[in-house]
Amino acid sequence: MKISREDVQRVAELAYLDLSETELQMYRSQLDEILEYIGKLNQLDTSGVEPMAQVLADDQTADATLREDLVVPCIVAGDILRQAPDPEPPYFRVPKVIER
Amino acid sequence: MTAKWTIDGVKEALAAKKVSARELAADFYARIRERNAELNAYLTLSEDRAYAQARRIDALVASGKPLPALAGVPVAIKDVISTRGVRTTCGSKILEHYVPPYDATAVERLEAAGAVILGKTNCDEFAMGSSNENSAYGPVRNPEALDRVPGGSSGGSAAAVAAGLAVAALGTDTGGSIRQPGSFCGVPAMMGSYGRVSRYGLIAFASSLDRIGPFATNIRDVAAILKVIAGRDANDSTSTTAPVPDYRAVMENPVKGMRIGVPKEYFGQGMDDEVRKKIVAGIEVFKKLGCQLHEIHMAHTDYAIATYYIIATAEASSNLARYDGVRYGLRVEDDSLLAMYRKTRGAGFGAEVKRRIVLGTYVLSAGYYDAYYLKGQKVRALIAQDFRDAFTKVDAIVTPTSPVPAFKLGERTNDPLQMYLADIYTVTGSLAGVPGISVPCGKICGKLPVGLQIFGPAFGEASVLQLAHAFEQAGGAVV
Repeated sequence: MKISREDVQRVAELAYLDLSETELQMYRSQLDEILEYIGKLNQLDTSGVEPMAQVLADDQTADATLREDLVVPCIVAGDILRQAPDPEPPYFRVPKVIER
Repeated sequence: MTAKWTIDGVKEALAAKKVSARELAADFYARIRERNAELNAYLTLSEDRAYAQARRIDALVASGKPLPALAGVPVAIKDVISTRGVRTTCGSKILEHYVPPYDATAVERLEAAGAVILGKTNCDEFAMGSSNENSAYGPVRNPEALDRVPGGSSGGSAAAVAAGLAVAALGTDTGGSIRQPGSFCGVPAMMGSYGRVSRYGLIAFASSLDRIGPFATNIRDVAAILKVIAGRDANDSTSTTAPVPDYRAVMENPVKGMRIGVPKEYFGQGMDDEVRKKIVAGIEVFKKLGCQLHEIHMAHTDYAIATYYIIATAEASSNLARYDGVRYGLRVEDDSLLAMYRKTRGAGFGAEVKRRIVLGTYVLSAGYYDAYYLKGQKVRALIAQDFRDAFTKVDAIVTPTSPVPAFKLGERTNDPLQMYLADIYTVTGSLAGVPGISVPCGKICGKLPVGLQIFGPAFGEASVLQLAHAFEQAGGAVV
């Protein structure tokens, strides 16, 4: 296998994702199989091909990307805070970030 | 009341005062109560909202004023599309109690056009899946064959329309998630061009691929819904100002002489023989309608799944970073902020979502970005070019929607790669940004529906609908 348990562990840490030992092993073998399959892209010579960074041509969104910079009322803070697991209006409360 | 309502049927019945919008909504809720325990198509019903809207429509009927395009039409909304005041879970435990404070633009437009929103439909978690088995709330069953999947990820929307539990529904398509369940459940299902329908309020999976589109029981209704939801929205900078034609009017134009490309690459290995026979019979229908058939080549088709699973998972890993236990959704407490993030995400996401976050993070990570993500974007450009080249020679492309009919529940859950390959004919159009529709094209052994897919050039929805409508009128659904 090309993918090690540590590779999956490292990626899970980058993604802030707790994985159990069973999950680590399962994703290790599945990731290996999927990446092996994805490797078929190397059959294609893509030198000189511009990557497709966006779907629409510039002329389809030209005016869409420019709008007037206006202040509009947006009174939703209360509604939004009601969805928070631990709100303390007008803030979201989180565990301590900075260690003394 | 009649078994199958259409948009026109609802409008006529309302205008003739044969039924009120309220009675119609109540009738649909009665059907849902009768069938949903078995099908699991709906996750949440929005009765208060539906009846409030029905009252507005009934008042409009009483006043004798003209009725809007979708007056009183009961519709269902996939649960990845935000609905103000109505729980929206994305099929995930992480959003089990989430109630959006705003409506998606598509929902707002449907309601403004008179539609009655019955509720939210089941789907694969965050729209990631091809069978609806990745929902945290259990799979949907295919109304045509209860031991089989409805397809995914918009399985609940497809099943609701197929079972007569909604006149139409919204789904979302990232790699086939509208068209493939439409094919499995035997209902027309359409994805417009990228940029055609605003994504505002669509909870993001892969932003360069996600599209909202309709399910309905016939092409006229698909056209009517698309017309309502399409068009520029200031809240989505990728929605375009390209004019929205009156699809219902233009699709009546004759299809005689239209050039249809049939790409050889869509009839390769892994394709079910019975599906092939139905699609071949479907293509004959176009021939009889006077269309010109051309065999074409789309050289990079075979690379589409690999490309898709790089780009879609990369975008997903980024989009799903927002579920951190701070602003909404589940939080699993811990004294440390980082451990709180990790535990929340570890507990809140299901197996497929975690798999895609892991894959997407991997292909974007230092040392692998060029080999995977950049390579994927380059091959995506080649796939898009295949489509542009094809559309210099033909007006539309016809293919099977899926290489196989609906498979049995549990049959593919242990092999993610096999599940991914179920989308082999749909992901190409997703990557290219072009519109596509799946239309019913016969049933295998009179039971399992087959879908025929029609692609058009970017913003060529009108010709896609024109061909789909002609195909339906010519009896294509019973080949």
